[in-house]
Amino acid sequence: MKPVIGLEVHIELKTRSKMFCGCSADYFGKKPNTHTCPVCLGLPGALPVPNKKAIEWCVMLGMALNCKIPHFSKFDRKNYFYPDLPKGYQISQYDEPFCVNGSIKLSTGKKIRIRRVHMEEDTAKLVHELGNQKSTRSTSSGQEIKNQKDEGYSLIDFNRSGVPLAEIVTEPDFDDAKDVKEYLQKIQQIARYLEISNADMEKGDMRLEPNISLSKDGKLPSYKIEVKNINSFRFVEKAIEFEIRRQTEILQKGQTPIQETRGWDEAKQKTISQRTKEEASDYRYFPEPDIPPIRWAKSQISNLKSQMRELPKEKFKRFKKDYELSDYDTEILTRETTIADYFEDAVRIGKNKNIDAKKIAKFIMNRKPSIEEVLPAKLVRNIESATTYVNINEEEIKITVKKVLKNNSQAVEDFKKGKTQALQYLVGSVMRALKGKVDPRVVIEAIENELK
Amino acid sequence: MKINVKHVAKLANLPLSNEEEKKFEKQLNEVLSYVEKLNEKDVENIEETNQTTGLENVTREDINTICFAQDEALSNSKKNHNGMFKIPKIF
Repeated sequence: MKPVIGLEVHIELKTRSKMFCGCSADYFGKKPNTHTCPVCLGLPGALPVPNKKAIEWCVMLGMALNCKIPHFSKFDRKNYFYPDLPKGYQISQYDEPFCVNGSIKLSTGKKIRIRRVHMEEDTAKLVHELGNQKSTRSTSSGQEIKNQKDEGYSLIDFNRSGVPLAEIVTEPDFDDAKDVKEYLQKIQQIARYLEISNADMEKGDMRLEPNISLSKDGKLPSYKIEVKNINSFRFVEKAIEFEIRRQTEILQKGQTPIQETRGWDEAKQKTISQRTKEEASDYRYFPEPDIPPIRWAKSQISNLKSQMRELPKEKFKRFKKDYELSDYDTEILTRETTIADYFEDAVRIGKNKNIDAKKIAKFIMNRKPSIEEVLPAKLVRNIESATTYVNINEEEIKITVKKVLKNNSQAVEDFKKGKTQALQYLVGSVMRALKGKVDPRVVIEAIENELK
Repeated sequence: MKINVKHVAKLANLPLSNEEEKKFEKQLNEVLSYVEKLNEKDVENIEETNQTTGLENVTREDINTICFAQDEALSNSKKNHNGMFKIPKIF
């Protein structure tokens, strides 16, 4: 039996404002219900107006995933009732998304087809609590404190309601959890390179929902299981591998797994049934009457393309070629744009001082300097001083060491008793006496030889 | 076309009594057959659309506007707790 896996990935865009209103989209850790307005609270009569930047970023993401960008696109309403969705529908895209028919290549050479990338809005955040807590209740006579005994309830924070989400949907092209993980890492890297999302899974900027089923004959199975609540790279493989085992057991008994949505429970290390999956037609999608459709001129698309930042694949190629680095070094230096930019800044500065890119690459990888604290210019100075020790001949070092040891017998005694500060003091004295730059490691070696 | 009133009621989140189910089933079927009259019209040479304004590309710049204060946002809530809307438990 062969696993058949498709993926839906949601990426929260880091625009300043929400998808359809001007409220701040930066909700993480903020006081609840302080980023709301009639639009994102779903109050009657409010008019949603789409965020241009969010749409452009969605299109850029699509282009980075080799999608085609149709010249015409529109928003639709996806109808369902849930307390985190105040309007009773989510504004999404149904049959005319911004990006279609893309693909991405994994390191094995396997091609994953991207069916679509579309734009939608995030829901509010629900907090579930068990009762026995005081709650305030608005009444005509003002606020009344009520003690709610053992009454479970849920709380809603609408700060996240309406935050722009780009959804990337693949074809069911995965057959193993490792490929899924690599795909997700690539998506995360692309989103960060484009600077459209922090794509941090733990914070919920990037969420994934795999659809998993098993095929006996290579054909698409008649059912699929959607798994939610996977909020870390560590859980991805575990959740998928668990589902494959669970479904294998059911199929081996001659049964078919029930089509449903399950959630990953990290504490129990298994997936748990959440609800039986509704048919797509139950959402009764229809075109959003409040938002006129989008039509792109060819020049707009090519303009967006030219504004796109260099993608991981392109940067990798360029680094290898321009700096003559190995695959391994290039891979590490281009994993994140912050490191890549840091390296390139240092290379630019190093050029004037005849320090070549390879030396800088090695230094960054071996010493792992703190990018925030050691600025590129300082890094280059560090490399300079580490490599320009004056060549003092061994005999001179030996003589100086002897002299210093003789004049500092107390420190020598302390060192022999195991005090490490004493060694530092001796090394410092030798280096001062030599007046030139000398590698402290050479001095230490000379002192240790002398004291043997 | 016959309507499945139970299914429609469920999707609309409406609890219906048996009598109401019968009543609305009849009414909704009448509405459907009335709308079906549209099928009699020849639309062969008419371009498809789903809007009537003719507007396109109405967007806004990514700029922040002033939001409600927390107490304003919660002012119409039946119940609230710790600055959040309070509702009967979901799970």
